[in-house]
Parts: sequence; C-alpha cells; structure tokens
Amino acid sequence: MSASSGRRLYDKIWESHTVDILPTGQTQLFIGLHLIHEITTAPAFDMLREKGLKVAFLERTFATVDHIVPTDMRSRPFLDEQAEELTQALEKNVRQFGVEFFGLDSDRQGIVHVIGPQLGLTQPGMTLACGDSHTSTHGAFGALAFGIGTSQVRDVLATQTLAMDKLKVRRINVNGTLPTGVYAKDVILTIIRRLGVSGGKGFAYEYGGPVLDRMGMEERMTICNMSIEGGALAGYVNPDSTTFEFLQGRPFVPKGAEFDRAVAYWKSIASDSDARYDDLVEIDGSEIEPTVTWGINPGQAVGISEKLPRPDEFSDPEGAKRAYEHMGWQPGAPILGTPIDVAFIGSCTNSRLSDLRAAAKIVRGRRVNPTVRALVVPGSTEIKALAEREGLNRIFTDAGFEWRSAGCSMCLGMNPDKLKGREVCASSSNRNFIGRQGSPGGRTILMSPAMVAAAALNGKIVDVREYA
Amino acid sequence: MTNVNSDAKITVVSGTAMPVRGNDIDTDRIIPARYLKETTFARMGEYPFFDERFDAEGKLKPHPFNDPKYKGAAILLVNKNFGCGSSREHAPQALLRFGIRAIVGESFAAIFAGNCLMLGIPTVTAPGGEIDKLMRLVENDPRIGFRLDVQARRLFSGGEIAIAVDIPESARKALVEGYWDSTAVLQANLDKVKKVAASLPYMSGFKA
Ligand code: SF4
Repeated sequence: MSASSGRRLYDKIWESHTVDILPTGQTQLFIGLHLIHEITTAPAFDMLREKGLKVAFLERTFATVDHIVPTDMRSRPFLDEQAEELTQALEKNVRQFGVEFFGLDSDRQGIVHVIGPQLGLTQPGMTLACGDSHTSTHGAFGALAFGIGTSQVRDVLATQTLAMDKLKVRRINVNGTLPTGVYAKDVILTIIRRLGVSGGKGFAYEYGGPVLDRMGMEERMTICNMSIEGGALAGYVNPDSTTFEFLQGRPFVPKGAEFDRAVAYWKSIASDSDARYDDLVEIDGSEIEPTVTWGINPGQAVGISEKLPRPDEFSDPEGAKRAYEHMGWQPGAPILGTPIDVAFIGSCTNSRLSDLRAAAKIVRGRRVNPTVRALVVPGSTEIKALAEREGLNRIFTDAGFEWRSAGCSMCLGMNPDKLKGREVCASSSNRNFIGRQGSPGGRTILMSPAMVAAAALNGKIVDVREYA
Repeated sequence: MTNVNSDAKITVVSGTAMPVRGNDIDTDRIIPARYLKETTFARMGEYPFFDERFDAEGKLKPHPFNDPKYKGAAILLVNKNFGCGSSREHAPQALLRFGIRAIVGESFAAIFAGNCLMLGIPTVTAPGGEIDKLMRLVENDPRIGFRLDVQARRLFSGGEIAIAVDIPESARKALVEGYWDSTAVLQANLDKVKKVAASLPYMSGFKA
C-alpha cells in the first residue's frame, strides 16, 4: 500500500487526520468519533449555544449516561436532584442539537468506554475523543483515543477537531506467558508500577508482544484503559485478526464487501515491522503475580506474595509516607490477609463479559463472607443481558453479591454507590486516589475481578491462584 | 486569517504565591467528584481541595487554601505530576475561580496542563530544587510579589531574583498570541476539516 516503511500506527493515523499546522505549531487533528456523557459536557453545550454554533459532525457524535446513574433504582426522577438535573441537561442538549443518544431506556446504554467498542463505533485507524480520561481504552482497537476536558469537548462539537502536540511512542513488549490466575489487570498494574504514574508523560504507549498478541479484545481494553494511570495520554494495540473478529457483525461495523475493504485498511494502519520507537520496554509476563495496590495511586502496587515496601525504596518517600498515613498500614507487613469491607466488580476497566465470567468462576457455589458488602455492576445494559442469559447473575446473587444495572457505580463518588467512613474496598476499577470511591477516608485496593471475587468470599485479600 | 481576541493575550501574570506541597496530586483531590454533578462551572471556586480543607463537620483543616496568609495569591506552586488522573476541567476551573492565574511546578499531568491552557492558565515548570526554594521563600514571606513573564519564560520574585521556567513552545505561543481560546482558530479551517474528513476511509464506506 504505502511506499514508506518504518512507520508506527501513531504516525499513520496522525498524518491521515492532520487538518493543518496551527500558528502555535500545534497540529489540528480531525476526530473521527466523539463520545459524550452527562458529566463534563453541559458547559460545553452552553458555550456552543452562547456562540451560536452547531455540532459540526453529528454523524460522528454519540452520547450516553453512565457516571451519575443509580445502579439499583433507575426510575425517574432520580432521588438525587442534582443527578436528575444533570441528566435532564444532557437529554435536553442531545435533543436540541440532534445527537444520537443511548439513554437509560436504551439497550445500548452503558459506560461510554464499554459501549463504543460493543457497538462497533470504535474502529482501528480512527481518532477518537471523549471528555473522560479513560478514553485511552479505545486504543485497544488500534485507534488514537484521547481524554479531553470540557473546553475541548466544545471544540470537538463545534469543529470535530482538536489542537494537539505530537507525542513520542514507547513500545511496551509483554513477553512469555502469563501464569494461571494472572490477568490483564495484573499486567497493567505491573507496567505502571515499573514505569511510574508519570512515566508516560509525553508518550503514547504501544503495547505488544506475545502476551498481548494472545489476549482477547476485552483484556486489551483493560490494559489500554489504564494507560492514563501511567501518565500516557494514549495507549494502543495494533489491530490484528482478533480485532477484526471482534468487530465483525457489530451494529456500526460495515458488512459484506465493505467489511473486507475495512479490514484491508485496518491492516494497513498497523505499525510497520521495522518501525522505530522513541523508547522500548520489555516486561517478562511469566514473572507477573496477581498484583494489588497498597497506596493512593495505581503505581503503588505489589505482587500478592510481597511485603509492603519501605518508603525509602521510593524516589518519593514523602508520597509513600502519605500513602501509609491514609491507608493506616505498616511497611513490611504482608498485603495478603488484609481485611476488606466492600468488594466491587465493575468500571470501564473490568466490567465486561470476560471479567464477569472470570469472577463467577471463583464465586460459583461459594458464599460472600458476611462481613463484606459485595456488588457486581456490568459495564453496559447489553453485558448485563448477556451475563443473565448465561446465568452469571444467579451465581453472584446466590453467593450474596448484589447484581446491579449498568453504570460507573462505585468507581467514583458521583452516584449512590459509595464507600462509607474508613471502609476498605477490593475494587476492579482503576483509581485508588484518596476519596475516589466517595468517602474522604475510604481506602481502595485495586486488583483483577477474579481477585476481588476471592477477597469477597474470604473477607480479606487472598491469592486467587488458590482457586485456580 | 483568523481573528484573535487581543484581550486573550496572556504575557505576564503578577501576584503573590501559594505553595501546595506533594507529588502526584490528582484531580479527585483538587475537586471531589460530587461537585461534578453541577451543570455549570459557576460555583467551582468554592470547592478546590474541599476534602482536605474541611472535615466532616465543615470545620477548617490546616491547608494553604485556608491559610489567611496566602489570601489573594495568584500563583500556585506545586511539585511533580500535579493534576494527574481524571480529565475533569472542573479542577482548573476551581483553581481559576478561586483566584489562581498561573501554576509553577516541577511537572504537570498532560490532560490537566491542556485543560489549563484552554482556560488561559499558564502551567510552567522549573527543576525540583528551584521549586523547593520558591516554596520555602513563600512560606517564610507570603507577601513577596511574583511576576511570571510567559513571553520571556522567566519568573521574577521580589522584583530582583529571576529564574528560568519552561513551557512548551506551542503553549507559550497560544498564551502570548491569544490562540488559547481555540474554537475560532479551529473553526477558521472548517473547509479543510471537511476535506480531510472526506479523505478518510471510514468516512466514505472504505472506498478511499
Ligand atoms: S467507570 Fe470509572 S473510570 Fe470508567 S468512565 Fe466511569 S467513572 Fe470513569
């Protein structure tokens, strides 16, 4: 196809989407898909109204509700007046501007980063933006996906473009084979632990290597989802037959001869085999253990068999001390056996069918420890239905888990699902920041959904490999 | 060519400074998620660092944002990776509406710095040693006046001492030439945008 070689997917997509070089030296980049949700967008629509502007590319703009929706009682009006008001604002905005909307009554509703791929809106070779930092998730398809703020949402609505500086590309190879009981979540926590929460600054991460090659799309999404936790604005995996198989037959994916042409294009945008990278990192997948966080950022993580580190092992001992202060734990103690109060399986990191299956496998025929409040929140209304068809909901509810409707739920404190006081939560989400789960004193331990399931049964952190 | 609002040119920020110490201060800490439930940014100035400034009963906790000696500060001094995490523009909105006009730090998270630029808040960097000196200087004498010269990439303190600060060239240009208010700049190219859109395979049935 292309005469030039040695190019990375990043370069190819960047070039084909370049509109102009702006007076600032930044590139004006066309955005192929704009996803919208209720948070971060109301002021953007207000600004559009103020300036008398329309949505420039309605056919490339889609909206849903996820962050603020209650996951138990979804009847309207919501009990939380602010939630109701914000949801109504989105409903009014999509109606006035004519944006396609997957609302609460749609079977396409769900967490924005779950439904984009599920509907086949997210495709290889695209640029994509959403007013949410975990937009990096969509990079799993070989797209360049950027999380943006509200003023940028305004710009994308008004012009379908963004002003951006080009990033460098760091290739991260995950080699070998993952041991049993080790999942995509453990891989990305290990990468962030190794490279640091700001190690990705100025980079896009290109994930590859044998472990990524063998992963399904849902696992690749888990990896790309947390790129931003490593400080990388974007993360992606080159598209391959796994990607094309996942996409075929989805509602927004072309069919027949057009699908074949699409696959040819998608193949052409993958990084060339002789592509050169600004940095290269090799990770041995066979050495990764089930990994959990112990502190207040996703880089503060340990393997399940390790002891909690000493603050002076870190380049930022003060940060580590602050983390211990908040968590109330001691350096040198094991993380294994740490008691938990809440178990949360959900979020755009780990709420897809394969996550629920992995957790259900652990839970089947067992009981949640009576000291634990446990909930499973599917990432989308469709995933909920699919899981119910397989009977996963019964496995969870029989064990004492609550089975909820789709939304962001306890990933962040914007809806009724919140931690209370100093509760400790084993969570399949992506952020263990202070206050993230809705209680200023709450404590979050990030881990894979299977590890959350095992922790729920035992009332404490255990090694999921004992269930393997 | 594009019309640029000349009021939008931000070349210099002057005022007193306030330090907030700590690396990796995330946007959930800068503004807790519950305040994102509001439909406008109008009240964000009441909320920066809310859970670190107030206890459960609403009593003040010790925090620079509560400290009368930093009242009216226009320049925020921070350490590494400030603003990591969520893309919520509510974070810079909260700082701006509280009165912060520029942030000087060791480093910034990418989305946060981008959001600041969209609001005309310069985020400039200096080496850790310099930041530490500035923080101690301000903690000892919060009345010291600073002048951040974005154009010249210099920070003057107390009138005489100047340190070099860094800012990406594109951000510097956007601020000093007024392009940070970007919609008009991007819109001026709408014809080109349409051309690029038409050239993309996924916009044309993969026939391109
Ligand atoms: S699940 Fe969590 S991280 Fe994902 S979009 Fe919702 S709030 Fe953000």
